[in-house]
Amino acid sequence: MTTATAQISAVPAQSVRYGSISRGRKRTLYWSYFFLCLFVIFFLMPPVYMLITSLKTSAEIGAVTNPWWVYHPTLQNYVDLLTQAQFLTFFKNSAVVAVVVVTVTMIVSILAAFSLARMKFWGSATLATGVFLTYLIPESLLFIPLFKIFAWVHQVTGIELINHWWVLCVLYPTLTVPFCTWIMIGYFSSIPKELDEAALIDGAGYLQILTRVFIPVALPGIIAATIFSFTVSWANFLYPLAFTTSADQLVLPVGIVTTLIKGDVYNWGQIMTGALLGAAPPLIIYAFLMDYYIAGLTAGATKG
Amino acid sequence: MAQVALRNVVKHFDKTPAVQGIDLDIADRDFVVLVGPSGCGKTTTLRMIAGLEDTTAGEIFIGDQLVNDVPPKDRDIAMVFQNYALYPHMTVYENMSFGLRLRKFPKAEIKERVQNAARILDITELLDRRPKQLSGGQRQRVAMGRAIVRNPKVFLFDEPLSNLDAKLRVQMRTEIKKVHQKVTTTTVYVTHDQIEAMTLADQVVIMNLGRIEQIGSPHEVYHNPKTRFVAGFIGSPAMNFLECRLVENSGDLAAVLTDKLSFPVPPARRARYAPYAGRELIFGLRPEHFIEKRSEIPPGAAVFDVQLDVVEPMGMETMVYFIINGVEVCGRVAPQAAGNAGETMPLVADLNNMHLIDPRTDQVI
Repeated sequence: MTTATAQISAVPAQSVRYGSISRGRKRTLYWSYFFLCLFVIFFLMPPVYMLITSLKTSAEIGAVTNPWWVYHPTLQNYVDLLTQAQFLTFFKNSAVVAVVVVTVTMIVSILAAFSLARMKFWGSATLATGVFLTYLIPESLLFIPLFKIFAWVHQVTGIELINHWWVLCVLYPTLTVPFCTWIMIGYFSSIPKELDEAALIDGAGYLQILTRVFIPVALPGIIAATIFSFTVSWANFLYPLAFTTSADQLVLPVGIVTTLIKGDVYNWGQIMTGALLGAAPPLIIYAFLMDYYIAGLTAGATKG
Repeated sequence: MAQVALRNVVKHFDKTPAVQGIDLDIADRDFVVLVGPSGCGKTTTLRMIAGLEDTTAGEIFIGDQLVNDVPPKDRDIAMVFQNYALYPHMTVYENMSFGLRLRKFPKAEIKERVQNAARILDITELLDRRPKQLSGGQRQRVAMGRAIVRNPKVFLFDEPLSNLDAKLRVQMRTEIKKVHQKVTTTTVYVTHDQIEAMTLADQVVIMNLGRIEQIGSPHEVYHNPKTRFVAGFIGSPAMNFLECRLVENSGDLAAVLTDKLSFPVPPARRARYAPYAGRELIFGLRPEHFIEKRSEIPPGAAVFDVQLDVVEPMGMETMVYFIINGVEVCGRVAPQAAGNAGETMPLVADLNNMHLIDPRTDQVI
């Protein structure tokens, strides 16, 4: 009998190098960080400058000092604005318009998208494309025809639409409904057909399929559409500038510009404060709903 | 519980015919499987029974009621879909109880029914989970549970096992059979897998090009196919088809395949085949009826030598492939009897199981 002896040759321990891979990755990361920092600086500079300016007195803004530093910080601009009845009116008008527009938009576009995406009827595909085409018409082309229409409405019914803040609740949906409907059609179409068929067999009607299956499943898309319509109705400048003129009928974006610029006198401190306060609500909403927003915009890109 | 009847049902999508006149009677508590290749109209037929598709013509009865114009929710049916179609935002319990909640059942009864179904399907511990936390097999069980709790007149299954891997498919197949034994409800099951059809069905309905080719028990469609399509579709590997000439020689019939090879027709079949003497026909024989030569040759069997082309050992048996008249033919022999590729081997053809097909009508004679 022979005994087998295992001989293990001592191999000197060699440090394994994955040099090329990790070096390549490192270099990629450096460049990513470089460009990311560049973008962050580029996009954050204006708001930071706004914040700095809003904390200065008019005297300091006019003085020849380092514009990026606050030597005598003051909250006077904030106090002035927030105690001014006018500014609060703008804020209130904007808020009411935004809430009404978002509500109307979501109701209309969810119902429209559901019927266009699911209830195949004659011309539904053409209608769906038509909805999107209306969004492609720039608003700057529309306000003159809209003036004509308003004049005609006034003539026929006696209702004055011009120079009332609430007319924006009628105008903004023309911008938000097409786009939101388009988003929702895409989102609803990505829901498998079997899901509504299963619900149909389970005993649900169309309205129940919508409320109990489609809306919960498509919630990310709905939130994305909500954010979009809120942003449009909060930040739109052209329509309120064209259709509202009296100080008590203005919304925030136009109100700040028209009341805080008197002739050629720019009250920079208050303008910046007003803009910052105006930007706060969308910012807060974005921060809370960002994840949903991204999920909504990228839906259907890959199979979940 | 109810029987289902289809009377000359037709379905066209725009101008394309999908189902071209189907007559089908499904007895109460029967398990019927619609089987056929893709595009044969089996799923469309099922969807018409469900009410998810309108019929172009014809009548569908569930129980004694004509349901052509009855919406799906009022047909008292439950359907299991290929991709399960579970509501992703609901728990298993909510998924299963959705139909009952819509129908405003009392809470206590809903709970009892769901738990009962969960017990049958062995998913009691999954009731609080959401679909995405479940495996494919578990989702399939939930989908079945959703159907069972409704206690409908008819269960409809649309290729429910196609999305599962091979092993799980076999397991779930047994599971479905068990469930049907416990909950005896009329069931219509669609599949393209003929093994599923054979193992599950009381009645197999074989469809092709929008028409029913044959209806029968699994045994019947396997051993007595009526058409060439059925003969070729049912069975794996498929039946061998060879061109032949039926020759009469002093009262005896023989299927002549080549100059050197002819199979005598067993006496029991002579009367049936006699009118076709002298005609060109298709000779059909399943692989398991080409076997190795044993010590005793049974009556009605013919021995012939073949040169093996390909040999595939499967374990319990070996598939041998050889060429007759340019056509590849498959035989199933005992592993120890199989030769190697290229060798000559004597085989026995069991002609008691032969089929002759009229190529003009594609009907089995």
